[in-house]
Amino acid sequence: MSVLIYAENAGGKFKKSIFEAVTYARAIADQNKTNLVAISIGDVSKDELAALGKYGAEKVLNVSGDKLKNFINQAYASIIAEAAKKQSADIVVLSNTFSGRGLAPRLGVKLQAGVADGAVALPEQNGGKFTIKKTAFSGKAFAIVELTSANKVIALVPNSYKVVETGGTAQVEDFAAETKESDFRAVIKEIVRSTDKISLPDAEIVVSAGRGLKGPENWGMVEELAELLGAATACSKPVSDAGWRPHSEHVGQTGIAVSPNLYIAIGISGAIQHLAGISSSKVIVVINKDPEAPFFKVADYGIVGDAFEVVPQLIAAVKEYKASA
Amino acid sequence: MKILVCVSNVPDTTTKITFTDNNTQFNTNGVQFILNPYDEIALSRAIELTDGGKGAVTVINVGEVNTEATIRKALAIGATDAVRINAKPHDAWYVAYQIAEYVKANPFDLILTGRESIDYNGSKIAGMLGELLDLPSVSIIKKLDAADKEATVEREIEGGKELLTIPYPFVAGTAEGVAEPKIPNMRGIMSARTKPLAVVEPVEVKTYSEVLSYETPAPRGQVKLVPADDTAKLVELLHTEARVI
Repeated sequence: MSVLIYAENAGGKFKKSIFEAVTYARAIADQNKTNLVAISIGDVSKDELAALGKYGAEKVLNVSGDKLKNFINQAYASIIAEAAKKQSADIVVLSNTFSGRGLAPRLGVKLQAGVADGAVALPEQNGGKFTIKKTAFSGKAFAIVELTSANKVIALVPNSYKVVETGGTAQVEDFAAETKESDFRAVIKEIVRSTDKISLPDAEIVVSAGRGLKGPENWGMVEELAELLGAATACSKPVSDAGWRPHSEHVGQTGIAVSPNLYIAIGISGAIQHLAGISSSKVIVVINKDPEAPFFKVADYGIVGDAFEVVPQLIAAVKEYKASA
Repeated sequence: MKILVCVSNVPDTTTKITFTDNNTQFNTNGVQFILNPYDEIALSRAIELTDGGKGAVTVINVGEVNTEATIRKALAIGATDAVRINAKPHDAWYVAYQIAEYVKANPFDLILTGRESIDYNGSKIAGMLGELLDLPSVSIIKKLDAADKEATVEREIEGGKELLTIPYPFVAGTAEGVAEPKIPNMRGIMSARTKPLAVVEPVEVKTYSEVLSYETPAPRGQVKLVPADDTAKLVELLHTEARVI
């Protein structure tokens, strides 16, 4: 047996969420006193691949080829499943990214494995019982799930496990996997990446605003604060419903769930549906002129005040802090 | 075009989630169940695509008799007919397996699901159906344009988007942006009562996961209020106390 981690790349590079997942998979391999093998598919340099050793991968299987440059769910699932079989891996770990969420269920079926998507902690393994904590009810709760199958697929929520660098270089091996013509029925026509902005699911800091900002023309200060902090911008549902901001920024029960280190909510009252999507944030700051806003009940820090006065002052204070740091 | 929309019956988004029996059971007492919001988007798009006699939309649910109110809602919104597989939805694998068995006997051109259900948030049904039926699947789409032989979809990726073309039949999980949710009108509500709703018995299948218990997020301490004219204090606290900047 062994543990296999799928290291997803974005434009040839690995992101922090992948280092988290490799560290996490290393810990699972240690629990089982076995080795950790990573698999990468696409165009990634040898150095970038070998660097996965820092997080605990002993070996990296490198799958490349013209047809495999970009993520095709069905083909990638076939390759990862084949690698799992060849490496006798009974646990496959992924990051719970948009692509990871497409792969996990396909792998579950291929490997006849129970799938724990949205995992937020290491599994507990006692007396042959394998249990794992995962998100449920859109962030309003967690479920402790037992995987009863011999093979297991786990998708780890980004920013829920700390990266540890143990040093070392992984051995990189080319891996040739067989794919079928029918794996490539879906064809990618175009990929659009907004490179200038930090993506919301990856962000360690999120600056989010709601209806309290009165209109899309007032988002300048939100973007300025976000840029200063190296943060992603987000919004509440009424804001994206009104078309003030794109749906991709909508955080909450029917939008994106985030778990950043710092979530700053400006002019958002804190409806239960919004809180569901942000409750696993590590630190929450709320700025709202209504002292009765429900959001203050779940906040760590709060400022009761008018966003149009507080946010420009906060921007100035952050600038001052950065100048002195 | 024949479209199948997989729907689930979930607690209303305003529900305060609590548990009973030593945190092993979800407390359904007083909980209003609704059609999963993402499934509503899938259904609305399916109805748009088949509007004007261009096809039919079947909704399918794996659930016990108490989910029929939600199925009727889907019929009221505009689905042509409905199927209920008469079983407790044990987990995603169980549900996907039941639906796949139904589809093997009753093929469709397009199978839509919501990107995830808002109770267990698995987003697994689309991928599992794809694998079980050997069809392409795309897990979270924001746009779906249908042509004769293939569809063009927009998939969300971290910090961007991807455009794909996929030939029918395929499976897709829909998110916000695919369609505006349709609200049933009086005619829809009246006709929903008489639209066909077939009840199918489940097939036997082994399951691979079991929910043992639940936890609620740890409560946060009392909020620390900072005066509105002292934002420098907030920055200091975030740096020295919370250590997040």
